[in-house]
Amino acid sequence: MKLAYWMYAGPAHIGTLRVASSFRNVHAIMHAPLGDDYFNVMRSMLERERDFTPVTASIVDRHVLARGSQEKVVDNITRKDRQECPDLIVLTPTCTSSILQEDLQNFVNRASMISDSDVILADVNHYRVNELQAADRTLEQVIRYYLEKARRQGNLNISLTDKPSANIIGIFTLGFHNQHDCRELKRLLQDLGVEINQVIPEGGFVENLHQLPKAWFNLVPYREVGLMTAIYLEKEFGMPYISTTPMGIVDIANCIRRIQKQINVLAPILLNDKINYEQYIDEQTRFISQAAWFSRSIDCQNLTGKKAVVFGDATHAASITKILACEMGIRVSCAGTYCKHDEEWFKEEVQSFCDEILVTDDHTEVGDMIARMEPSAIFGTQMERHIGKRLDIPCGVISSPVHIQNFPLGYRPFLGYEGTNQIADLVYNSFTLGMEDHLLEIFGGHDTKEVITKSLSTDTDLTWNYESKSELNKIPGFVRGKIKRNTERFARQNNIVEITVEVMYAAKEASSA
Amino acid sequence: MSIKISETLTFECETGNYHTFCPISCVAWLYQKIEDSFFLVVGTKTCGYFLQNALGVMIFAEPRYAMAELEEGDISAQLNDYKELKRLCVQIKKDRNPSVIIWIGTCTTEIIKMDLEGMAPKLENEIGIPIIVARANGLDYAFTQGEDTVLAAMAHRCPEQKILVREKRKIEDKSIQELISSLTSKTGKKPVESIMNSKNKFPLVLFGSLPSTVASQLSLELKNQSIHVSGWLPAQRYTDLPALGDGVYVCGVNPFLSRTATILMRRRKCKLIGAPFPIGPDGTRAWIEKICSVFGIETQGLEKREQQIWESLGNYLDLIRGKSVFFMGDNLLEISLARFLIRCGMIVYEIGIPYMDKRYQAAELTLLQTTCKKMCIPMPRIVEKPDNYNQIQRMRELRPDLAITGMAHANPLEARGINTKWSVEFIFAQIHGFTNAKDVLELVTRPLRRNNNLENLGWSVLVRSEK
Repeated sequence: MKLAYWMYAGPAHIGTLRVASSFRNVHAIMHAPLGDDYFNVMRSMLERERDFTPVTASIVDRHVLARGSQEKVVDNITRKDRQECPDLIVLTPTCTSSILQEDLQNFVNRASMISDSDVILADVNHYRVNELQAADRTLEQVIRYYLEKARRQGNLNISLTDKPSANIIGIFTLGFHNQHDCRELKRLLQDLGVEINQVIPEGGFVENLHQLPKAWFNLVPYREVGLMTAIYLEKEFGMPYISTTPMGIVDIANCIRRIQKQINVLAPILLNDKINYEQYIDEQTRFISQAAWFSRSIDCQNLTGKKAVVFGDATHAASITKILACEMGIRVSCAGTYCKHDEEWFKEEVQSFCDEILVTDDHTEVGDMIARMEPSAIFGTQMERHIGKRLDIPCGVISSPVHIQNFPLGYRPFLGYEGTNQIADLVYNSFTLGMEDHLLEIFGGHDTKEVITKSLSTDTDLTWNYESKSELNKIPGFVRGKIKRNTERFARQNNIVEITVEVMYAAKEASSA
Repeated sequence: MSIKISETLTFECETGNYHTFCPISCVAWLYQKIEDSFFLVVGTKTCGYFLQNALGVMIFAEPRYAMAELEEGDISAQLNDYKELKRLCVQIKKDRNPSVIIWIGTCTTEIIKMDLEGMAPKLENEIGIPIIVARANGLDYAFTQGEDTVLAAMAHRCPEQKILVREKRKIEDKSIQELISSLTSKTGKKPVESIMNSKNKFPLVLFGSLPSTVASQLSLELKNQSIHVSGWLPAQRYTDLPALGDGVYVCGVNPFLSRTATILMRRRKCKLIGAPFPIGPDGTRAWIEKICSVFGIETQGLEKREQQIWESLGNYLDLIRGKSVFFMGDNLLEISLARFLIRCGMIVYEIGIPYMDKRYQAAELTLLQTTCKKMCIPMPRIVEKPDNYNQIQRMRELRPDLAITGMAHANPLEARGINTKWSVEFIFAQIHGFTNAKDVLELVTRPLRRNNNLENLGWSVLVRSEK
């Protein structure tokens, strides 16, 4: 057992549901107790989705516990088949069904004989994988299912498109700025004269998946989801893939050069020509994107050597670390990720760009690290934003998990050349806020931010009794933190363990004296 | 599909494929209500993820609840449950020093048959903090019923009532003095006197978790009728739980507390006052009247008070009179809210409800019926364990002016031109008593008022026409 208040990545079934509901006309049925369909709320609220989320539950209740699901799951699948006529129904196990160990595959086999839809069982183990791993796995599973089906039916289309083309793999619902990134990637590829064959899973139809191998190559913008699919396609169809995340000027150029290399493998045969993107990269970097110029401008000089901490999923944390370190001259004191399963890759990526690396999914460890580092700005998830609030350190949100404000209506990609502008704004705004705050402090405007315990955890040796706690709560919020810290420091100096109202007043006298 | 609106109350039961919150969400309001408690939810990542997302920013405020997240070793019994729970509870004691730890059992603990009830007393002895076990799981319960399981478990911990007035045994003067002085120092008023002033000879305990302001408002309403409320379950602090026992009258303030009511009657020998719930001025009046009638007290000025409240609601009533409403059902407040809205002049097509205890809600159902007759409005159908898919089909046909629904359906329905109000808000808003009737209507009319403002723009349906 683990005492936990908060988690970075959700449970496995969330990943499966995200992939399933990103496709069009695919329905997911969860084998779950009442109340586990919370995914619908998230999608409806965070993405402000207009359509009903295509996820229902086959409810596990007392009767199921006593007698097994029996016909229930099959009935629910066939009913949904009649009601919505989806192309595919994904039966999704949850933590509950993992323990019940019912033969869900058997239900799927039976249901697929009766229903017009295809039916598959998502192959994820709740206790072994998290949301992101499950999403990656499910996407591969769906792709594999349809390509094998097409192969059996003999309508697999493996002739390449006439012009260079690409599949974008891994854009999906509830992803951090995924919709905007997708638009930016399409624009980038269009600029490069590369056609988009398919974008999956977001907005894709499973009926079209057999056309996937027509593309010249696959582009996997995020490490978390899509790599397994890309590797499968490479193995089965020899399709090359590019997994360099085009985030930040340097990596965009790297990504484009890889695309160029891939195209030039085939271009001399198919197009009788070779392509060269160098001029495009140069033009975009120096004049279209503002980021390169911005890092040179005197404004950005103020950021030199400022300390920052980065934490997030592997893709975003690694890219932002590199941008801060190489493109903006900011010192990254610590870069971290909660993607423990991708630890090796992450370490390799950021090793030479930061002082320390932290791989953990325990937010208290992250909080303590930030308190210890005392950076001028944090770039992290919503959790780090709240840690920042408590320590009075500004934070830019660069990765999920996120709140509704991270699903902006305006165009905010993180990838591509427009993305570099957005990131530059984000970074700069975080730091200026910090500077303003600092100036206020110099002129005595604010509470001091001295961190005394060097830790955010609650395992301090001091206890506040009931009266002193309520006394503390009477103190106006903007000085409460200061009073608390002063009192605790006083108590520590005087070896007092329990803080009473008397101790508070004594501390007050001592500090004013 | 033909939709008939019947003349009598009809009860139906559908498939139970509906969206609601998991009952563990009750920790969200209970940990705030019971100030010295700590809630430990023994479950998996799924439970944790739900709490984390459902409770939003509360998570960051160092809440007094946490997950005991079960890992593979716990499921396969490679780890010893007792030792694991002990380790976590000792940690909690060290960090927070609560007066009570409440273990919330979940679906997983049910399925692996973790004996929480068996372990709690042992561990309680060992670490010296009371441990209460509530099985608030999604296998058995929906949303607010979570509170019901917690309060039912807590009812066992209330001290035994000894009715002073009727105590025949001689007590030495000194001990009475001590008792009185201790009570006085705690409550700040003289208990004997307050009992003397009130007309109820027997103690009255109200059950149901309400924000403390609402609780004191209701107590005050009763005090105006000279009825003294001797305690609340739950109290603001665990250490202040009310005394229960033979001769204590109890009355519920919320419709989802049927287990608690049963436990209070059967195990604690209390007498249950079955009344409509104090939601809306009509409900509040009926609630007070019922309590007064049990104590043989003539109510004073209640009719006038209700009338005043209705008059103050005039503006809201104009807005909703004659409008129709559809409850999809997810929190068990539905019957009371529907009854209030019918009294406000609305037409209710359907009352979806997760679970209907006809005995506990009997008085409320009767009031619903008389209200329908009085307002000359056809009786709504009550659909237990509704099927959301079917409900949406029915809504397409009925086109209600307002759908009261969970957040999973709210945005999609709005996009299809149906006004919605999230049902969850009724749980977190203050809706009880005379004073808060306005807040209920504030919530109900908000989508109507908002959409009145947008009416003339001409784009109320924001999805492409369906196939």
